[in-house]
Formats: sequence, structure tokens, C-alpha cells
Amino acid sequence: MAEMEYNVPTERWPAHPETATQEGKNKFVGFWTFLAGETALFASLFATYLALKDSVPSDDHMLASELFHLPLAFVMTMLLLTSSLTSVYAIYHMRNNNFQKMQLWLGITVLLGAGFLALEIYEFIEYYGYGHTFRSSAFGSAFYFLIGTHGFHVIVGLIWAVLLILRNAKRGLSVYTAAKVNTFALYWHFIDVVWVFIFTIVYLLGVL
Amino acid sequence: MAQTSAQKKGVGSVIWEYLTTVDHKKIAILYLIAGGFFFVLGGIEAMLIRIQLAVPNNDFLSAGLFNEVITMHGTTMIFLAAMPLLFAFMNATVPLQIGARDVAFPFLNSLGVWLFIFGGIFLNLSWFMGGAPDAGWTSYASLSIASPGHGIDFYALGLQISGAGTLISGINFVTTIITMRAPGMTYMRMPLMTWTTLVASVLIVFAFPPLTIGIFLLMFDRMFGSNFFLVEAGGNTIIWEHLFWIFGHPEVYILILPAFGIFSEIFATFARKRLFGYSAMVFATVLIGFYGFMVWAHHMFTVGLGPVANAIFAVATMAIAVPTGIKIFNWIATIWGGSIEFTTPMLYALAFIPSFTMGGVTGIMQAAAPADYQYHDSYFIVAHFHYVIVGGVVFALLAGLHYYWPLMFATMLNEKLGKITFWLFFFGFHLTFLIQHFLGLWGMPRRVFTYLDGQGYNAANMISTAGAFLMAVAVIVLVVNIIMTIAKNERVGMDPWGDGRTLEWSLPLPVPYYNFAQIPLIRGLDPYWVEKKEGNGKMLPSESLTDFHMPNNSILPVVMSLGLFIAAFGAMFFPDGKDWAIDAVSGLDPKPWALPVLIIGLGTTFVAMGIRSWKDDLGYYVKKEEVEKDLEELERGGK
Amino acid sequence: MKNHWMKARWIGLITVLMVFLSGCGKNHLSTLRPAGEVGQEQFNLMILSIIIMLFVVAVVTILFTLAVVRNRRSKRGEDFQPKDVASNHTLEVIWTAVPIVLLIILAVPTVYLVFKQADTSASVTEDGEVNPEETVINVRAYQYWWEFEYPAEGVVTSQDLVVPTDTRVYFNLLGADVKHSFWIPAAGGKMDTNIDGINSFYLIFDEDAAEETDRLFYGKCAELCGPSHALMDFKVTALAEEDYDQWLADMQAIEEPVQASSEDAQAGQEIFADSCMGCHATTSTGAGAMGPNLTNFADRELIAGYLEHNEENLQEWIRDPETLKPGNKMTGTYDLTDEEIELVSAYLMELSVEEGSGDLEALEESRHGGGDGESEDEESPEDDEDEEEGN
Repeated sequence: MAEMEYNVPTERWPAHPETATQEGKNKFVGFWTFLAGETALFASLFATYLALKDSVPSDDHMLASELFHLPLAFVMTMLLLTSSLTSVYAIYHMRNNNFQKMQLWLGITVLLGAGFLALEIYEFIEYYGYGHTFRSSAFGSAFYFLIGTHGFHVIVGLIWAVLLILRNAKRGLSVYTAAKVNTFALYWHFIDVVWVFIFTIVYLLGVL
Repeated sequence: MAQTSAQKKGVGSVIWEYLTTVDHKKIAILYLIAGGFFFVLGGIEAMLIRIQLAVPNNDFLSAGLFNEVITMHGTTMIFLAAMPLLFAFMNATVPLQIGARDVAFPFLNSLGVWLFIFGGIFLNLSWFMGGAPDAGWTSYASLSIASPGHGIDFYALGLQISGAGTLISGINFVTTIITMRAPGMTYMRMPLMTWTTLVASVLIVFAFPPLTIGIFLLMFDRMFGSNFFLVEAGGNTIIWEHLFWIFGHPEVYILILPAFGIFSEIFATFARKRLFGYSAMVFATVLIGFYGFMVWAHHMFTVGLGPVANAIFAVATMAIAVPTGIKIFNWIATIWGGSIEFTTPMLYALAFIPSFTMGGVTGIMQAAAPADYQYHDSYFIVAHFHYVIVGGVVFALLAGLHYYWPLMFATMLNEKLGKITFWLFFFGFHLTFLIQHFLGLWGMPRRVFTYLDGQGYNAANMISTAGAFLMAVAVIVLVVNIIMTIAKNERVGMDPWGDGRTLEWSLPLPVPYYNFAQIPLIRGLDPYWVEKKEGNGKMLPSESLTDFHMPNNSILPVVMSLGLFIAAFGAMFFPDGKDWAIDAVSGLDPKPWALPVLIIGLGTTFVAMGIRSWKDDLGYYVKKEEVEKDLEELERGGK
Repeated sequence: MKNHWMKARWIGLITVLMVFLSGCGKNHLSTLRPAGEVGQEQFNLMILSIIIMLFVVAVVTILFTLAVVRNRRSKRGEDFQPKDVASNHTLEVIWTAVPIVLLIILAVPTVYLVFKQADTSASVTEDGEVNPEETVINVRAYQYWWEFEYPAEGVVTSQDLVVPTDTRVYFNLLGADVKHSFWIPAAGGKMDTNIDGINSFYLIFDEDAAEETDRLFYGKCAELCGPSHALMDFKVTALAEEDYDQWLADMQAIEEPVQASSEDAQAGQEIFADSCMGCHATTSTGAGAMGPNLTNFADRELIAGYLEHNEENLQEWIRDPETLKPGNKMTGTYDLTDEEIELVSAYLMELSVEEGSGDLEALEESRHGGGDGESEDEESPEDDEDEEEGN
């Protein structure tokens, strides 16, 4: 009975299905509030990183300028930025009540995100080879904590998106599921914005 | 009296009900019980401290044990007593004050309380498992890294778990207040309790993440071999101090703002007069919250941040006095021209004004940085923050306990015993802490487990201890009062104080589980008072009587919290005996089971989260007929 | 100059306050009896803030009392319905503006003093060396003792700090294991000894104030640093400039450890060489050692920083340091019988630096010639520790 209420016929499909219900509104406001907290979280991480950047016990540890190479970071940035764009497409189709296309674009978003993650793992393995590890220096600890926390957010986002796609395959699109998809999209944009800061502060300023 | 006669539930089902509840009123009671328990625990620790310091060269507690006791006293009182007790009153009142049937995320509300409870239990298990944390509630990094054994790990993991709960609750209240207000309940008609809850919750959202990061740094250094605070590997311990106080100072406002809210309600009610300067009060609340984030380094004047930083933070700190002053004068103006009834809550509220003012002015004295070089880490500081926290927050908690007791339990605490508690507590408080200002000025550092004879500290410390005993007696009287009230169980009806102004007092007692049969229409500030003046005597509905939606109970929050609780043991024992570990734990016996425990614990939490997201939980509908029956019964009971 | 911001009409009130505030508290350790310029300035700022704040408390208390007394329900009557007043602009402007003015009055001297008291530029020369013209002392804080190094003169001592009067004494502070905080309440506020880097500040000890307290002040650790934090006291001896120089010269003159004279002490010296030398130096050099420098041990004021200086306490301390100072680093590092302890303590009680033995001219020379070598010590404390461990 409860589900009935969420299934809105196409002709009455609202312009903003994600906030059409009280639960949707709550999710929307609540998640923005959560993202505010996440902002404070990453701000603390960035501050910690900047305080410990290039802080190594001895000369045989590599510094930021020797370690980072921009091309890889640039490719990663592009992957993540594009995935943000594809998630916008998914939301666009959600607002138009086009379930199949929404699922498709969510799927593409997941693929791009997974590509980003793979490159990040590759990058970490390479650095470990150089002796730049979580335990090698304060710089290493701060680097892996900042990038790793972001990477962890990406993993959570990917699992979330996959679960949504699988679950929605059965449930279809309603104002109930629309709110969930929209929340994920907000999260994904946030991760993307954080990465832009990481790219600038860690990689770009690191090699300059 | 709907529930009393109907069904006598078994103990088991009552416990199950509370384990699974998502009802904000029951969660309020959970917060009250757990917070009250930790308050008594922290109080016992306080008494141990004062007994040890009563005479010079005392050996009642050993030096190491004393440090454990002060650390646990501070940590318990701030994180496990004051904040949860405030959450109890927020949960009990805010949804009712804004005309909502529950909070925005009832499930998360339950998760928040259970994370807090499990975090608190974990922290206190340290007493039985090799020693409590001993680096002070601030746990400054160099000492907390050097501290041998697992005490500090209990601190870090326990606070991480309960801190997550607090953050979740903060997000929940922000959302609730923004989205769940009844028709007509505009922002500028919200009661001060709701306003201060909103601002305090916003502070939680921004202040707890820095603490989370700080504790992660500490955890990683102590448990996983990182180097954030290890100077020889390039680390920097001052980062901890910054992160801790970026959290720590707003934390003071997270505590005091809801206290201001409770007092604002009490002043208006028992002076029978609307709050003076409502807009200014709201503005001051927001301004205090905003400033709260710009002054953290005044805790660090002696760290050597340099004159520019010290000067900026000194002046910024002084600026906070202005909105706080506005509030004090507004409260005085509220009772001016009113008709003051000296109930127990009102006594606390009245005593709060001069007491808190004294705590505030010593705060400004410390803002003068060069003078603070003398006050810093001396007993002057101890006196100051107890004047603020006890004279402000604890007074508010005790006032709120008496004031909101009928709303939460539909009975009344005994007024006579309540007043005895008040006077004992009031005198005990000033006796304990006033003299400590002078101890600080005479050169007694804080956190000393003893002091030598012949330094002129003896008499003052004895006086302070005597005061502490008065407060302890006051708390015992309060506990007796609570037990007697529960045993007698004399039910009270609607608006038990007779002068209720805000929406929550318009409800029948005990409040039905769905709060409002019909969501009320709000027609002004102090909506219930407005209707009383108009001669209606009750709220007008904003909707016709229909079926409405309520959330289902769930055991998952308990399971999720339990999983983290288990995982914490795994994380804590993980570095034992490992060669990469810090000196504090590398010499301990290796614990090969630590990693499996960590994985099992986290697995439990993730599975519970998976179940939560895989199974749609759409709640249920309360039928119109059931509500009508309740209303009829109420009608009959009233006659 | 010191009190230039205070209005004359306050003087009466200040006098009353000072009498009240300083009624208790000991000369040698109370912040309320400042013994020098820094402490005096801070004290004046405290008094200014106390006056402003007492004014605020008085206003609030008077208004509050009037409000409560006048508006009791028993007086107003049970049926009295108060008039709801929303707000009053005039009042609100007043109670916003007056605090702002009061705070500005407090903020101006605060900012001025913050900058003045943070100025330690004179303690280093242009090329970053210790300025030999000024008194500069490197303080290193350990769990639970203090080391004091006089870098320009190459002198190291511990637990008892010796300073000259009537001149700025600059302190460079560093924590060796965990964070401590260096506080001499009578002389002025504290500053933390971070483990991450050196903090600098200065204090001044007045000759007159020093005379009043028999030239002795108490110092304390003000930051929780472990179980024996409360016992991490030290003594400050404030000497007149010429006596101070003589003391430094005397310390400098000890190039070889003081030789034991009595038989017991001689036996003790041998035991000391076997069991204690690894951590404790008996010449006045070697900053950054594992344990306190004992060159002038017999001249100290206290045993273990807080016990009366006599042989009985010394033996007790060597026998069972853990009980006297829980968590200290000396416990368990040696194994001595009671007899051996008696002999060692007999030796230690002979470690006295003869007054007037030093050469003032050599002191002057060392200040202007030998500064370089010493400042290196300060840069790399680890090296020294290694050396000591090697013994």
C-alpha cells in the first residue's frame, strides 16, 4: 500500500521527482548537511597534508616534486570529471522519467569511476616501489591519508551506484527511487570537487 | 491514560522495544538514562580528584591513577554526559516544538544513540582492561603517543565511535528543523530551544569532522605505524592541538547554546512573559555559533604561534563577549516586569545568570593573551571552565530535567526535594570553584596529582573539596527524588506547569507515540500561549484527520554499533608486538586474533548496512480510526 | 610607562584590589606578586581586566537582583498578567555598545603587550648566532627534570636555574621527550616547550624582588607530561649581575669532575663511574644528556626537584626513584646495594663548585670567542645523546 503513493504516472511526473516526497526533501537537505560536514573533514585533511608536505626524516626520501607526474594525475582528473558529467545525464533522464537511459548513464559513471580507481591503485603501487609508503615518513602518512580517504569515498560511491542500479532494475523509477539516485549524484559531484582540489593542491603545487 | 491499564508488557518486550525504537521520545529517554549514568560516573571521578587534592602530599590516588581519573572525568563529562543529556532534551522537545510527528531520519536517530552508548561503554571498559587513558581529555599528541599501554587507544576509538553518533544526530536535527516544521512555524517563530538546537547542530556538523581527522591521525600513529606526530620521522604534534581545538572550542558552544535554549524557555514560562528581544536572541545565537569557529587558538596562546596569531585570536575572542552579553541582558529584561514563580527549574535559571556571567568574564580576562600566559594551564582555567560548564550547562541540564520531566514521563519531580538539590548544588558549586581562581593565581598548575605543603595551597584546596561534597549530596538527593517519583508514578495532565507557552505543552500527557493527531496550525511566536490568549485553549489543526505515515522499528542500529564496538578491539590490539609499532605498544605480547576481530566487527556493521539498503523499509500507516479512539478516550479522561 | 593606560582615578580601587588579591600567595611563586617587568605588565593587564569585569558583574548583579526582587509572583499576585514586551531598541543599542567600548579598552593594551613580550630579536645576532651581549639560556625539558644550558659560556646545569637580575633573560625552550611548559609564576607567564621546535621568550627578575625572596623563586611544569607532572618543579636563583658572572666562571672552571675527598666519597666516585656516568655528567658540559648534569649537585636546593636537600632524601631517591617520582626514566637502569647507595650519595654531596674559583676574564673571552661550537650543540641534540649512550 505504501508503495502505491510513490508510483506517479508519467503525465504527473514532477519536474523535481527527487524532492517530491517529504522523505525526498529530508534526504536532499540531510545530504547537503552531510556534505557540509564532509567539507570540514577534507579541509582538515588538506591542512594536515600541507603542514606535513615534504616532511621527511632524511634526504633519501623522495619529495613531492620528484614523486608526482602530472600526466597520470591529469588522466585521472579527466576520468573523474567525465564521470561527473555522465551522472548529470543520468539525473537528466531521471527528471524526464526515462528509466532505461538513467540506468545506462549510471552504468557509464560506474565504469569511469572504476577506471579512476584502477589508475589510483597503479599510482600507489608505483610509489611503494620508490619507498614512499604510509609508514616511510610523515609526508607519506599525510599523502596516503588524504588521497586514500578520497579513494575510499570513490569505492563507497561505486558500491552505492552498483547497488542502486541492481535494486532499481527491479523497483523501476518512482519518486521514491528518484530521491536515492539524486542523493548518489550529489555525493559523486562532491567527490569530484574534492579531487579537483587534490589535483591542484597536491599534484599541481607539488611539482611546481 | 491510554496505556496504563491496557496491557502490562513484560520486561523483555520493554527492553526489545527500547533496543529497536526509532521514536524520538523513547530515544530521548535512552539518552537520559545513559547520559545520567555517565554523569554519575564522571561525578564519582570528580570526587576522587577532590579527595586526593584535599590535603597536600596525599596518597589516596597514585600519580598514574590520578591522571587516568582526570582524563576520564573530563572526557566522560563532555562527551558522555553533557552532550547526550542535551540530546535527550533536544529529542524530547524539538519535534514537539515544531509540530512534527518525528525527526527527519528516525533510523539515524536510533543509530546515533547506540553509537554513543557503545562508544561510551568501550571507553569505560579501559578501567578493567589495563588502565584508562591518562593524557588528559585534550590528549596532546606527544604525551598520548608516549603513553604506554592501550589507555589512549580506548580514548581514540571510544570517541571515534561516539563522535560518529553525535555527527549523525547533528545532521538529523538540522534536517528536521529545516524540513519538518508545521504550517505557520516560520523560522522567526521557532522557540529558542529549537533555534539553539539548530545552531548547535550546525556547529556539530562542522566541528566534529576535524576531531574525527585528529583522532584518525592519533589512531593511525598508535595502531597502524604512521608518522603524523612522530617528530623524528617528520611529524608535527602541533597539528593535533589545532585540530583538537578547532573542534574543542565550538564544542563549548555546542554545549552552551542548547543550555541557553532551555533557560530561554524557562524564563519566559515562569515569568509569564514572552522572551524579551527574541530577534536579538536569535541573532546573537547565530553570531556566537559563527564566532565559535574563529577563536580556537586562544587555547594555544602559550604554544608559540607568534604575536600576530595571538593578537588576532585575542581580539576575536573578546568579540564573542558582545553577543553573549546581549543574551544575559535580554534574559534580565525578560523577567523584568514579569511575574516570577520560583519553581525548581526557575531557580536554576535565575542562579545561572550571575554564575554564568562570572564564567564569562573570566573568559574575557583570558582573552587578554599576555595575562593568559599566567592563567594558562593553572587552576584559574579549571575554575573558569567549570563556571561555564557547570554554571551554564549543568545548571541547564538540571533545570531541564525538572522542567521537561512531565513532558517525558507524565509525572512531576518533587518540588521540595528539587529545591533542596538546587540550594546544595548552588552553594557547593561556588564553594568548589570560586576559590580555584585564586589557587591558579597563586601559581598552582592544573592536572597536578598532588602539591607540596608550604606553598599556601592547603586551605583553599580543602574548601574546594568541601564544596564538591555538597554537590555530591545534591546529586544524591536528586537521585532519591527521581526514584521516589518513579515509584509513586502520580500522573499529571496537560500543561502541568500551568504557564506553558510553546507547542509541546499543548499535547496530552503522556504524549501519544505519533505526537500530533492532527498537525497544528502555528499562528505566532509561543503558539500555545497565542491560542490561550485567544480563548481557544488548544491548538487549531492545519489538516483534517487522516491516516498518516510512521517509521518502523529496527534492531539494525544496535547491530551496526555493536559491529564497530567489536572492530575497535581488533584495531586496538593490532599493533601489539609488531616491530613497526610505537614504543608504547611494541613490547606487548602479539595478538594474532586482532586482525580477524577487526574484520568480523567491520563485517557485522557492513552487513547490517547492506541489509538496511537492500530491504526497502517504507514504514506503516496509523489509521484514522485509531487516532479518533485515542482522542475520545482523552476527552473522557479529561472529564 | 608601565601603567600608562591606567587612569589616575582608578588608583584607589587598584590599591584595594591589590591588597585583596595579594593577601594570600607566596612571594616566590604567586603571579600576584610580580618579580619583574614581564610579570608586572601581565599583572597590570590582569588588574585592568579584573576592574572592567567587576564592573560588568556589578551591573549584571544589580539589575538581576532588582528584577528578581521586584517581580516575585508573591508580590505581583497570582492573577497578574505581565505585558508582553517584544524588544526595546534603545536598551539593546546600549547593551551592545557599552561592552564593545569596554572590550576596546582591554584590547589595546593586550595587542601592545602581545607584540612587546614576543620580541626576542636581541637574543640572536644578525647571522643567527646566540648574541653574547645578552643573557641567553637554552632550556630543555625532560620527563621530569630540566636542563639549563648557557650557550655563550658553554655551561650546562640542571634543576637549579641561575639567572642574573635587572636584565632581560632570554629563554630558548625545547621539549626532549614530550611537551612540557616552562613557568616561573612570579617572573611572568609560561611558554610551552614543544618537541617540534624551539620557542623563545624573555623574563626579567628585579634585584629588589630577588632580595625579598632570598633570591629564590619557584618554577613549575605547567603542561601535563605524565604521572610525575606535579613533581616537575625547579628552583630559580636570581643573582646580581656580578655574582651571576662569577657563578658562570666557577662552573666553567670545572673541566675535570670534582674529586672526592673523604674515603666514602672516593669509593662512591668509583661506583658512580661504573653505574651512573652513562647518563649523568659531572662536568658542566654536554647538553642533551640522558640524565641531569650533576656538576654542582651539592649546591642544589632540592633533591629530585621537590624534596629537601639532605643525604637521607638523596639515598631514598637513589634507592627507589619510582615511588618518589613515578614514571621517571632512572628507575631500573642500575643495580646498587644499600651500602653502595650510601657511598654514592656521600660522593654526590661533595659535588660542590667552589665559589670564586672561576676566572672572569676567561668567561668574557669564552662569550666572544667560543660561541660557535656551543650553538651547534643546540641544533642537534640527538648527537649528544648518542655520545652519552656510548659511554
